[in-house]
Amino acid sequence: MEHVQAGKVDERFYELLQRLQEADFALVELNLYLDTHPNDEAAIAQYNHLVQQRWMLAQEFEKAYGPLMNFGHSFVRCPWNWNDTPWPWQV
Amino acid sequence: MWIYEKKLQYPVRVSKCDPRMAKLLLEQYGGADGELSAALRYLNQRYTIPDKVIGLLTDIGTEEFAHLEMIATMVYKLTKDATPEQLKAAGLDPHYVSHDNALFYQNAEGVPWTSAYIQAKGDPIADLYEDIAAEEKARATYQWLIDMTDDVDLQDGLKFLREREVIHSLRFREAVEILKAEQGQKKYF
Repeated sequence: MEHVQAGKVDERFYELLQRLQEADFALVELNLYLDTHPNDEAAIAQYNHLVQQRWMLAQEFEKAYGPLMNFGHSFVRCPWNWNDTPWPWQV
Repeated sequence: MWIYEKKLQYPVRVSKCDPRMAKLLLEQYGGADGELSAALRYLNQRYTIPDKVIGLLTDIGTEEFAHLEMIATMVYKLTKDATPEQLKAAGLDPHYVSHDNALFYQNAEGVPWTSAYIQAKGDPIADLYEDIAAEEKARATYQWLIDMTDDVDLQDGLKFLREREVIHSLRFREAVEILKAEQGQKKYF
């Protein structure tokens, strides 16, 4: 079994990750709800509010722990840090 | 197109090495009502479903891949420190001689995944009823998996997945009603 270099995973990593997961959970829930309730204005307002909040959380996470997404959806550093550990199943 | 995000949908923690539980969890990895079946079922049906339901099938199908990754993470964490002896004691020795510690799309009994598990009838109501049934079967499977372990960390992740099945089932039921209304109160059964 290869050894996983947990790199710079610290307490703040888990804290920021959880905040992001919480925001994303609300967004997934609202998304599926809106798929079958497309005229709910309050839910749409909540969705758009969370989109902004989620974007800021992702920026904060990525600044400290590297890109969350591939294919041009996140900024990267030199050397190429997309491939850095940890991967999601390693934390 | 799909974009990968380098995080789990919900944290996966386990409190011990438990290859026996990993073997059982394969039911939701490569089993008939597992997450691979779910993702491929919905993403395949969406090409022939009425427009009003394409978004829902796309989104739930995509979420199922996040669930597949959570199950994979559970299996990985439960087996990564297991010795061949421990795998043998858990009944995973046939898996070990074929795959070492690699994951494989098979059910808890070692039967490889097959597309025969998923249906695509082309009839929107038939397809959505299949989807509702699949979600209910997956919900039941998660409950039985929760009953099979005393690991509260693992149970936490499994409970999240169980609740997602409830929501998906609800949304598919709403989709059926949307299609019925669209077809002018036409009765389907």
